[in-house]
Amino acid sequence: MSDSKQYATFFLGNLFLGVEVRKVQEVIRYQEMTRVPLAPNMVQGLINLRGQIVTAIDLRRRLELPALEENRLPMNVVVRSDDGAVSLLVDEIGDVVEIEDETYERPPETLTGVARELVTGVYKLKDQLLLILDTDLTVTIPTAYNKTQISRN
Amino acid sequence: MDEIVKEFLVESYESLDRLDRDLVALEKDPHAKETLGSIFRTIHTLKGSSGFLGFAKLEAIAHVGENLLSKLRDGVITINPELASALLDTVDVVRFMLGQIEATDQTGDKDFSSLIDRLARLNDAASGDPGSSPSPVPNPVPSPALSPADALAQPISPVQEQEPTPAPEQVAVVAPDAIPVPTMKAEPTITPPPAAKASSTLPETPAPIAEPVSVPHAPVAPTSSLPEESVQATAEVKGGTVSDGTIRVDVGLLDKLMNLVGELVLARNQVLQFTSQRADSAFLATSQRLNLITTELQGSVMKTRMQPIGNVWSRLPRVVRDLATNCGKQVRIEMEGKETELDKTIIEAIKDPLTHIVRNSVDHGIETAEVRVAQGKPEEGCLKMRALHEGGQVIIEITDDGAGIDLERVKHKALQQGLITTEVATRMSDHEAVHLIFLPGFSTAEKVTNVSGRGVGMDVVKTNIEKIGGTVDLQSQPGKGTSLKIKIPLTLAIIPALIVTSGGNRFAIPQVSLLELVRLESEQASKQVEFIHGAPVYRLRGQLLPLAYLNRELKIADKSESDQAATNIVVLHADGHPFGLVVDEINDTEEIVVKPLGKQLKGVASFAGATIMGDGRVALILDVLGLAQGAHVVAEVRDRSGLDKSSQANKTIDARQTLLLFEAGQGSRMAIPLSMVARLEEFPASQVEHSGAQEVVRYRGQILPLIRVSKHVPAITKDSMESDPMQVVVYSENGRSVGLVVGRISDIVQEAITVKRHSHGNGIFGSVVVQEKVTDLLDVQAVIREADPLFYPATTPLKAAA
Repeated sequence: MSDSKQYATFFLGNLFLGVEVRKVQEVIRYQEMTRVPLAPNMVQGLINLRGQIVTAIDLRRRLELPALEENRLPMNVVVRSDDGAVSLLVDEIGDVVEIEDETYERPPETLTGVARELVTGVYKLKDQLLLILDTDLTVTIPTAYNKTQISRN
Repeated sequence: MDEIVKEFLVESYESLDRLDRDLVALEKDPHAKETLGSIFRTIHTLKGSSGFLGFAKLEAIAHVGENLLSKLRDGVITINPELASALLDTVDVVRFMLGQIEATDQTGDKDFSSLIDRLARLNDAASGDPGSSPSPVPNPVPSPALSPADALAQPISPVQEQEPTPAPEQVAVVAPDAIPVPTMKAEPTITPPPAAKASSTLPETPAPIAEPVSVPHAPVAPTSSLPEESVQATAEVKGGTVSDGTIRVDVGLLDKLMNLVGELVLARNQVLQFTSQRADSAFLATSQRLNLITTELQGSVMKTRMQPIGNVWSRLPRVVRDLATNCGKQVRIEMEGKETELDKTIIEAIKDPLTHIVRNSVDHGIETAEVRVAQGKPEEGCLKMRALHEGGQVIIEITDDGAGIDLERVKHKALQQGLITTEVATRMSDHEAVHLIFLPGFSTAEKVTNVSGRGVGMDVVKTNIEKIGGTVDLQSQPGKGTSLKIKIPLTLAIIPALIVTSGGNRFAIPQVSLLELVRLESEQASKQVEFIHGAPVYRLRGQLLPLAYLNRELKIADKSESDQAATNIVVLHADGHPFGLVVDEINDTEEIVVKPLGKQLKGVASFAGATIMGDGRVALILDVLGLAQGAHVVAEVRDRSGLDKSSQANKTIDARQTLLLFEAGQGSRMAIPLSMVARLEEFPASQVEHSGAQEVVRYRGQILPLIRVSKHVPAITKDSMESDPMQVVVYSENGRSVGLVVGRISDIVQEAITVKRHSHGNGIFGSVVVQEKVTDLLDVQAVIREADPLFYPATTPLKAAA
């Protein structure tokens, strides 16, 4: 039997995305949040997760997608990062799927822009493609990311 | 007792308990490598620390024990009951000695040579065993030949140094390796020329080695195991030992506890909010109790994280000594308030800044002995450290009696390094000049040494201390010394804060930055908030207070005009400068638990963190300094009491300015910017006295020189219209004041002005049109300079320097 991995999946517009399941701390419904003035626009606000203050990142903004319709509330996918928990705001939650490595492929070269940075690979599922996000990069604000890259060079 | 000895005792008691367990376990499972390794490390640590602390006897015992253990570890011998009991006895002896140290600060006179002998004999037996040659050295024959030779150089000094305790102990001290012990043992017992003796014993087989071992004349104990009395003594001493009073707790656990208490405080705040809405007396009483207990619990948990500042200071004497020797100076360090306690995280945070300050004081502050003597000071410089609690804060003062800070040199250097401009330098107060040393990149050292001079110093000190919510203040008296005062909060975790609302969001402002609250009713507000060059200011008891609007700074929605009932000004100080923060609403003060922001928000300078409010929502904590800098209400260095006219001479004054209009002589309309006016006063002519040719009045306990404007401005017709009482405009700069006597004060106007004509040299700076009339702008500084050339003493040397 070949190796397989588990992914927590979610939807963002017509994208079907997944993150490694062991990176996900929990999934919770929309929480009231405190906006942070002057913050990068992809930071939606701060939520109180049982006494912990968690930064919520608007994944649509992060992936440079149009905003969610007014009347819909996003869900929180709380992922673990080096810097503590961070919440990713997504449209809808999918299942946890177990996928065999055979269907994996590196993202095509035609994938450009911010998605090229964040998507580590693609799984060819029967009826659709599952894009795997790098959570550590996703929760990093791009400018900071660029800075660390510069310092590494 | 020394803190360090206490710590050593606590640690050692613990490791002895572990040793007991491990040894017993090892006996059951002789091949448990890990257990053996742990035992070996424990004994080794014990030996190291006791040697370091000068407990030679203890070290000696640990050493023989270690030798034996190293054999065990290397598999030369395996544990057997005899070995185990010998080792356990060793543990008992060590424990006894620790008890002695605790009681008397010394290891005591009791002689344990018998035990040492016993251990050594076991050791010898092991090395004598031909089947298992010492593993570290492949060939058993050369090993005794080499090792004692190595050791030969050493034994002499320890032998001479130690008190006449029985020989075996010394042996243990000098024998550095496991193998040669027997040979070495022979030496001190057969004292005379160790070298010769040693070499003579060398060729012999290990067989006779065993003999001298049994010979030693142990004064106290028979060659049995540990004497019973000593075991009893151990038991006695054990009651109420240091280890009983304290336990060591993992810092992680304390942090968790602290977090939990933080949560509890939040929950308590929530409950208290409910109580205000209920009339149930039982509920009220319960929540009162909860409130009290939580507060007490919070205090106690905070205490667990407290450490005396002496822990950080303890390494400073060494730093001072080394540095002073390096610089060829004599410096004594005095400490006061070592026991002052601070939160562990803060202790960590001030460690480096403190060291840096002390290094700076020794390197730059204190002079060499010759210089000091020449100045009539004692040869030895003195560095005083003082720590004390004051109003929920800790104050640390570092004072030296050195040369103080040479202000001119500091200014000169800052100019050279391009950190300030000449103009800034001239109008800078002494206090500000001293603070130049905190500018990034500033260094007065002529050459870069390994000690200092790289210009990465005091600014880092300052930022580090400000990072933990502290402040640094510097006082310096040339020739007398420098005093640095650091104020830091006791703890970072839970702080009192003022909760304000702006644009519908709540924000917490740390109470340490708060000075006062001002409320302007709506009708006053529009009048009392004035504008200088578009920058809003408020006159707070005569001083101009720059204002910043929180809504604008954070780019959040203004509240609607309709409910603009009043203007709330929160007067804060950032970096020593007061400024007013205008917020929509001022709510309450609350104890808040500071939580850090995620890395995504690290770039936002306006916030220091976040907290969870009583209703469970998140509120941001404002970073007062970051906010002030963002709003440009605190510039780097400036003196707000005087506007520099010379810098303005090049530009036209074209902005809205508030001007003081007055008449100096008949029909002459003159004006000066209100910002240059400290006060307006009236003096009856009878009060005027004379100091030399200078007219003066006594004013607020000082002598105020008077300058009659009409005499210094040729354009004014001589028939002055000075009245009685005299109208005096008080002008202050650099802490000195002069009174400008004018004819009549007409008005204060705010107008967009354009300087129409420049006319230099006659006390008039230019002309402006005010209220559709031509008005002369008085060149205040020129007039003062003409009347009192000494008023600006700083300018001359500085100009030369630049």
